[in-house]
This record gives sequence, structure tokens and C-alpha cells, in this order.
Amino acid sequence: MSEESNIDIYRRRFLSGTATAAAGLAVAPGVMLTEVANARAADTPVSSDVRWGMLIDTNKCDDGCDNCVTACNEEHNLEGFGRPSTDAQWIRKVTLKDKQTGHVQSLPMLCQHCEHPPCVDVCPTGASFKRADGIVLVDKHICIGCRYCMMACPYKARSFIHEKLQDQVPYSPRGKGTVESCTFCVHRVDAGMTPACVEACTAENHNALTFGDMNDPDSELSQQLKQYDSRQVRADLELNTGVRYRGL
Amino acid sequence: MIKYSLITLIFSLLLGVHTPGIAGDASSDENASGFYIPEAQRRFSEEQGCVEPTAEMRANHMEYILDQRDATMHEGIRTTQYSLNECIDCHVSDAPDAPRIDSEKHFCNSCHTYAAVSIDCFQCHADRPVKTKFQSRLNEGMGNE
Repeated sequence: MSEESNIDIYRRRFLSGTATAAAGLAVAPGVMLTEVANARAADTPVSSDVRWGMLIDTNKCDDGCDNCVTACNEEHNLEGFGRPSTDAQWIRKVTLKDKQTGHVQSLPMLCQHCEHPPCVDVCPTGASFKRADGIVLVDKHICIGCRYCMMACPYKARSFIHEKLQDQVPYSPRGKGTVESCTFCVHRVDAGMTPACVEACTAENHNALTFGDMNDPDSELSQQLKQYDSRQVRADLELNTGVRYRGL
Repeated sequence: MIKYSLITLIFSLLLGVHTPGIAGDASSDENASGFYIPEAQRRFSEEQGCVEPTAEMRANHMEYILDQRDATMHEGIRTTQYSLNECIDCHVSDAPDAPRIDSEKHFCNSCHTYAAVSIDCFQCHADRPVKTKFQSRLNEGMGNE
């Protein structure tokens, strides 16, 4: 099984390598594509020069604080129906306890925006996809609500909408019968802003969440990743997640 | 596809015949049969009311928003000219008592009821302009911090 998935990863790397080589040929010789994502105009497509990622410092994450969750719910109008088992949840607080020492950690868990997302692999319609800049999304126009992706996701990051919704916000369309998950607030990212959860955490002065471009060595995120030890959750799956944790 | 085009052609012809008052883009009219098209909130430019000539929009608006949908979803292209949100911002009132999509007085539903073409856009998309924190921040020009 693990051999098979390795082969898949190698194959993917080879294919993406050839694709990059081909793309390189298409660009005029001597021209390098080094655009900064923040400068991306509204009519320019996203490119893989950027890879959005997030670093979560669990040491700074306050046990009793759920501002990131509240901010997400407010941003995307994720109203609950008072049924926790089926209500939509894009980001949630998880508490970990070391049974031996009694040490308790609290951290937010959300879509990890994998480089090799299992949800995309299993999607039968192509609704689940990864944008060129690394953000994993669901195209709800194509989603048939089969929920294979929910089964495939090791992080339990996706939700299914069971009930008819009203009063959705314009930048975050959501509807019954489709699967959804954290979008890294793609509408904000496209406007040069940071996701709502990051903004809320920073506003509270906890600064546990850092968002940025993993491909840009000068971004605050890359600097922190370089300086400090960080971990991917279930790194053994070799998904190369876009969300990394410190102090885990 | 041909059938679809025929339907839209017939529809636009009917529209032209029954509501002469709406040819001028931004007027609303309720004729004898009770068919009603709400007035747009603003004009796209000095020259024309909508983003394309009205006849073109009546016949082909679905093509424009379909193309835009894929570009926005998959490539992050967020130009506003053909975006559904922009349609709504212009054509639907943000007044609290303004007609919602289930009403025949809602801009989209007025024609779609008349033409008996059901749409499911608004099962997910907002059917009226909504002011949120994100949009007010965007409008303040704080997006490029």
C-alpha cells in the first residue's frame, strides 16, 4: 500500500516536472516569472509561483480562546442548526492531553491544504481540486455530494451541508447537498488580505497563526519555518501539508 | 443546445413585444399581463445600462456568467464585469423589504418565471447585495495593507 502511494507520488512529481519544463519553454527565453501574489491583478490567473501556507504556534494558542472559529463562522456565515454532529465546521479547536504527564495542548484544526490532497484523488467528478497556488477547494457547481472526500481526508476537515440554507454571503456560496471546507478565505487572499482566523488571532494579540507564501523565502511564514522546528500532522502520509504546527 | 438557443430566442422576442418600456435599460414597467422587471440600481457606463447591450444580455447572460464562474473558481480571476455578484449588486435592491428570489418581483425570477426556466444559482449564491465586514474593508481600500 505504502509502496503504491510512493509510486503515485513519484509519478506525480515526474509529471509535474515535465509540465513545468514545458511551461518554461513556452515563456520567452530569459524571462523569469517572479511575480508576487499580492501584486496579482484581478484579471491574472493564480500561478504556482506562490504556495499559500500557515504556521500554527500551539504554544501561543490559548486553551480557552476560540476566536479563530468564531471569526470563520462569521466570515462565511456558518450558522449552526444546533446539531453538532452535522453542522458545518471549517475550523475547530482540538485539545490534546498527554495521558502520562497530563500536559494539555490546544490547537486549531482546519483543512491542511495538502500538496497531494487525498480529497482530490478520490473525487469522482473533479469538484475537489487544488488551485495553482496550493489552496484546496470544492467547486460546488460540480460536486454531487458523494462525500468520498470526507472519507479520504485524514484531518476530518470537510463538512457536508445537510439542510437548505438561506442568507449566504456573496463571496462564500454554500448550498445543500455539497461538501465544503476551509478555503483559506480565498476571497480575502485574492484581495491581498489574510484569512479571517489569522486576522482574529492577531487582533486578540495571540499571534498564534501566521499566513503567507511558502515559496517566497522572504515571507514572514518562510522565515519562521526556517528558523523554528515545525511539524506536519500525519507527516507519514507524505501529503506535504500547507498548514504546519509548532510545539506539537 | 439548439433547443436552448431557440427557447432564449423566442423568449427575447416575447420580451421585446410585451414590454416595450424596458428597452431603455433602466426603467421598470408593469404591463397589462402583470409582467414586471425591477429597475436596476445603477448603470454600467454612460453609454449603456448593462455590461453588454441589453438584447445580448437577455439572450446570452448565462454564457457570460458560466465562463466567469470557471475562471473565478479555478483561476482566481475576480474581474467584476461578468460576475454574478455584480449582476446582483446592480439589479437587486439591498432594501430589507426588497423581493427575494422566491418572489416574482426579484429581477432574475421575474423573467425566469415568465420563461418557465428554473435556475438553481440561488440555492447557494446570495440573491441580494449583502454588506459584510469583508466588503466594507475591501471598499475602504484596506485590502492592500
